[in-house]
Amino acid sequence: MDDTLQLDIVAPDKLLVREQVDQVQIPGKRGELGILPGHAPLITELTIGEIRYMQGGTLHYLSVAWGFAEVLPNRVIILADTAERAEEIDIKRAQEAKARAEAELKQAGADTHYEALQYALRRAEVRLQVAAHAGHVAPAH
Amino acid sequence: MANIRDIRRRIRSVKNTRQITKAMKMVSAAKLRRAQERALAARPYSLMITNVLRSLVSRTDLVNEQTGEPLHPLLAQRPEKNILLVLVTGDRGLAGAFNSNVLKAALKFIAFFKDKNIDIAAVGRKGRDFMRRRYPFATPESPTRAGEVQLVGEHLNLLGKLEYEAVAEIVERVVQAYMDERIDSVYVIYNEFKSVISQRLIAQRILPVQEIGRREVVLTEEFTLEERERMGEAAKGAGISLKEPPESEEERRAKEFPAPGIDYIYEQPPAEIFRDMLPRYATLQLFQGMLESVAAEHAARMTAMDSASNNANDVIDSLTLTANRARQAAITKEIIEIVSGAAAL
Repeated sequence: MDDTLQLDIVAPDKLLVREQVDQVQIPGKRGELGILPGHAPLITELTIGEIRYMQGGTLHYLSVAWGFAEVLPNRVIILADTAERAEEIDIKRAQEAKARAEAELKQAGADTHYEALQYALRRAEVRLQVAAHAGHVAPAH
Repeated sequence: MANIRDIRRRIRSVKNTRQITKAMKMVSAAKLRRAQERALAARPYSLMITNVLRSLVSRTDLVNEQTGEPLHPLLAQRPEKNILLVLVTGDRGLAGAFNSNVLKAALKFIAFFKDKNIDIAAVGRKGRDFMRRRYPFATPESPTRAGEVQLVGEHLNLLGKLEYEAVAEIVERVVQAYMDERIDSVYVIYNEFKSVISQRLIAQRILPVQEIGRREVVLTEEFTLEERERMGEAAKGAGISLKEPPESEEERRAKEFPAPGIDYIYEQPPAEIFRDMLPRYATLQLFQGMLESVAAEHAARMTAMDSASNNANDVIDSLTLTANRARQAAITKEIIEIVSGAAAL
């Protein structure tokens, strides 16, 4: 068996990643999944979190909101609502979103959509966390 | 007799106009090309989600066996009392009949469902302005209706830089309203665009979902042959292909997703994945419709500007002819004056 995986990450408006990779970590809804070549066929939903993939000794990071992944022995396909490479994340926007969500959570009343706010906060946090890795990664292309 | 100087001035003015319409035509052609690419690039994701949902359908019971109730609220068919109509027009004019075609289709739709309550959400300034003049505005939360047909939302400047996330936000609210049973069905009216010469106006139902992978078109309005020919001519002049773009490699691969005949491990129960994914299906349908509408708008503007440039050419030709005649008449008159003056001596 080949010792690499083909990783495809497809966003609603484009194909974001198509690479041969050595290993992928994805944020499954029920916990993180590490996938190596030869993995059993699997289907899972992704939650807000970071996707990491190892390619020739370098780790690449992406942030993802909701997604869906299909794992085959030699291929991983991820459908992601929104996914961004670490180096493409707008840190300022993420910080603003985080501050906004926190402020709204603080003065939350009975009619606040807690879930939506928590979700927004979590997303902003993950984006910042992923963006922090951008400096350590060689440009993807 | 027309003054030669006046005519010359008019020719200059028409030439200036022609310059502008030609430039707008080329700009629209470039934007059309980009819009077509975007619509194409959005297809693999949409196909894949559709295919996954289809494969999940075979693994989950969509209907409660005892009660016959659909397990997902978005599949629930209710008698249609309150309808939400998402109307996709452009933000700007000078696009020939593009906006008025969509609005005409919308009026037809409203007439067709005349005994129902219709909430209109207008995407694009032109549709908003038109509906605002005709129907009262009401916030979606207001307890009483402002009228049988009312405007409930407007989304301006969304189409210029159309993002999936923005559409997802809109659909999220729509889905909520649907689940709260404030609305019983959702339709979208837009200009479908497969290629420059293959377009039509359609009203498509996006909620409830009846069958995954099948579009539910309730009304269509085809373009006339003449309109299509005009569009085709304008496109040829701007170097735009008339054919539907060929299937991309991504699209071909997307069709084979998920791989058939494989026994997967499901991390979550298929029903749960299905439940989370179904609203996205609705979002994608709206997103795709908007992408096509944007392409159609640019195509319409390109065609309108091509016609305007042609008309300007005609006007210039006829004015030049008039100017030449006037000049010749003046010369003839002078000659006659000289000749008759000489004869009198």
